[in-house]
Amino acid sequence: MAQASSVVTDDMRALVGVEGAPMTLEVEKTNCRMFARSVGHTDAIYYDEAAAKARGHRSIVAPPGFMGTPVFHPGQAPTGPAQSRGYSIPYKRVLNGGTEYEYFPENGVICAGDTITARSKISAFEETEGSLGPMLITTRETTYTNQDGKVVAKMYGTTIQY
Amino acid sequence: MGEQVYFEDVREGEEIPQLKKNCSTQQLVLWAAGSGDFYQIHYDKDFAQRTGLKGLIVHGALKNAFLGQLLHDWVGEQGQIRRFGCSYRGMDEPDQDILCRGIVTKKRSEDGRHYVELDVWTENPDGKKTSPGTAIVTLPSRA
Repeated sequence: MAQASSVVTDDMRALVGVEGAPMTLEVEKTNCRMFARSVGHTDAIYYDEAAAKARGHRSIVAPPGFMGTPVFHPGQAPTGPAQSRGYSIPYKRVLNGGTEYEYFPENGVICAGDTITARSKISAFEETEGSLGPMLITTRETTYTNQDGKVVAKMYGTTIQY
Repeated sequence: MGEQVYFEDVREGEEIPQLKKNCSTQQLVLWAAGSGDFYQIHYDKDFAQRTGLKGLIVHGALKNAFLGQLLHDWVGEQGQIRRFGCSYRGMDEPDQDILCRGIVTKKRSEDGRHYVELDVWTENPDGKKTSPGTAIVTLPSRA
């Protein structure tokens, strides 16, 4: 049961495990190259389609950590700040706690030209008392399914609010 | 990409080749564009200082992506990253070395795949682990 001081409401608890609206991600050559360049990758499979094909890939490969997430949502005019899923909490500050990526290359290596459907859900809310005071730790899981209906990756993310 | 590393060549406890990074503010802006993370604490010093930071800080997700590069460059053409990630524990500043490191913690073969598990992390110039994490990769076998 929730503690008296809990910021996790019943409405929030009801969201745990429920998938949000799926998002379509178009993995594009330019985005793969841009991501790779900003990291400083040196492998040509992230830049040159011929090099990628020579190594058995369908096109330029999405670098580790890149799921085709668009900088802007294609086909949409700019929108306001990202909306949280219909709940608000009293903490003002947010930290990205960490991220883990899991790949299933036997189902397909993510390449330019792929269309990925991302489905996210909140896995858990956890409340702790840290050096910065009371905190809400939210873990999310996103599943990435390619155009063939195969799960090619998952992402596990942690957000800390305090 | 160096020479292909094979499962049989790897020992538990072994450190993999290090990757040294040093982010200019320009790289942080490139990353903002590459990743879509436009939070101003990574490129607007006044903004960063108004939030209580000493100055600009390197994106946590960029350090994670550096660990992705560390692993990709190590596993070679025939290896694959199965899982990697880290916690964002400490802040790194631009124009300071960020050393990406990994140590093999476990080897196992299952269902015809040869898995190598690692502890991975980024380290600041004081040797503090600012992004500790773990990874699982597969490597080809000589067999």
